Amino acid sequence: MFLLGVCFTSFANGAGEEFPVAPPPMTEGMFPCSNCHASMEVNRKKRELKEEHSQIKLHHAETMRWCLDCHDAKNRDKLRLYNGELINFTESYRLCGECHGPQYRDWKAGIHGKRVGYFTGPGKRIYYLCAHCHDPHEPKFKPLKPEPPPIKPKDS
Amino acid sequence: MQNKRYTRREFLRNASLAALGGLTIPVFSSCTKEEAEDFLQKHFREMTPEEKKRIIAKLEQRYLQKYGRKFQISTQEAVPDTFWAYGLELSRCIGCRRCVYACVKENNHSRHDPQLQWIRVLRLKRGNLINLENSEHYYDPDLVPEKGFIYLPVQCQQCQEPPCVKVCPVHATWQEPDGIVVVDYNWCIGCRYCIAACPYKGRVFNWAEPNIPKEEINPSVHYLGNRPRMKCAVEKCTFCIQRVRQGRYPACVEACPTGTRKFGNLLDPNSEMRYIIDRKRVFRLKEDLGTEPKFYYFFEA
Repeated sequence: MFLLGVCFTSFANGAGEEFPVAPPPMTEGMFPCSNCHASMEVNRKKRELKEEHSQIKLHHAETMRWCLDCHDAKNRDKLRLYNGELINFTESYRLCGECHGPQYRDWKAGIHGKRVGYFTGPGKRIYYLCAHCHDPHEPKFKPLKPEPPPIKPKDS
Repeated sequence: MQNKRYTRREFLRNASLAALGGLTIPVFSSCTKEEAEDFLQKHFREMTPEEKKRIIAKLEQRYLQKYGRKFQISTQEAVPDTFWAYGLELSRCIGCRRCVYACVKENNHSRHDPQLQWIRVLRLKRGNLINLENSEHYYDPDLVPEKGFIYLPVQCQQCQEPPCVKVCPVHATWQEPDGIVVVDYNWCIGCRYCIAACPYKGRVFNWAEPNIPKEEINPSVHYLGNRPRMKCAVEKCTFCIQRVRQGRYPACVEACPTGTRKFGNLLDPNSEMRYIIDRKRVFRLKEDLGTEPKFYYFFEA
């Protein structure tokens, strides 16, 4: 997922500020969503998805949220802000920032989240989107296997 | 009488000079020209640009022979108007040690016998942050973070008043204008006074010739940073001097999967470090010692 992001960088223009974000972490072969959804009827009912997207486990304030709160019903290739504005997946931080204000504020300053590459000069820099570290459907950070500890000095 | 004393003194001086010469000639005749040249190599800060160029060419040739790779050894000086500092958000670190191994790779550490690492991740019981002596850095669970623990990575704190620099008897270690404390590995005599003086265990010693797998060598190096070291040299974190002087983030910052590690220029009011110091709750390790570290730990607040 991280490697994918290093290959291409796109400039997202969100609310007047430009961030060189890595491409959003999409499941391969999924995007554009309209390939399938354009010919499907919109079903706003909250239900268990059985045929497609069955791997998505919604653990993100799931009692009060459903797909179409963030994904636009008419244009599935876009995300939808609270005010109805449609945005690209490369600007998803604006959507996340609508609820997570302090994190969004720190992310814009480079404190929350992660940036790689050059921090100054003309070199290439990449900012990670919220979704690179937090699965938007299940945002809690998953535990990792740690790298091996240092070798203990031998007792002699 | 006066005349006689004068000649005697002169005689003694001439005799001792001759004796010195007689001693040194056998010493240098017993080693090769290259060894003699190494022995007489100047301190890095006293070299002229031409001398630096010659040393770099010699080292590149040696590394090519030893590791089979073409090295690029930089001697880039500190960038004007930069003063580096590091930030580490304790509430985010999960103790996964990704930073440790990214550092090992980037900085050409000896992988085994001796195993040298510049970052040590301490595990502490939650609510026990000040008891560093109760910390554990050999922890090895299946998954991190573990419940009830916090993780405190420690590396060279790049002190403003570095005790390691003060104790070096040969000035082999010093602070650069951008705040980075560096070591001239060729000038270091291996006395390890600096290791004893550092209150953060920030320095490690090459007890034997380092072991670096040829295929994992990083050939893009700085003379004062990540070039392969030799037996009997002391080494330490340099904030990835080879990267930051070109405007790149240090390797550990890029490796961290949780975005715990931050880096920036204290003289730039828009830098990440200034944002952290202005707005977050920060502290520095063992502040009471007066070492003035430029390594700021901070919390979500």
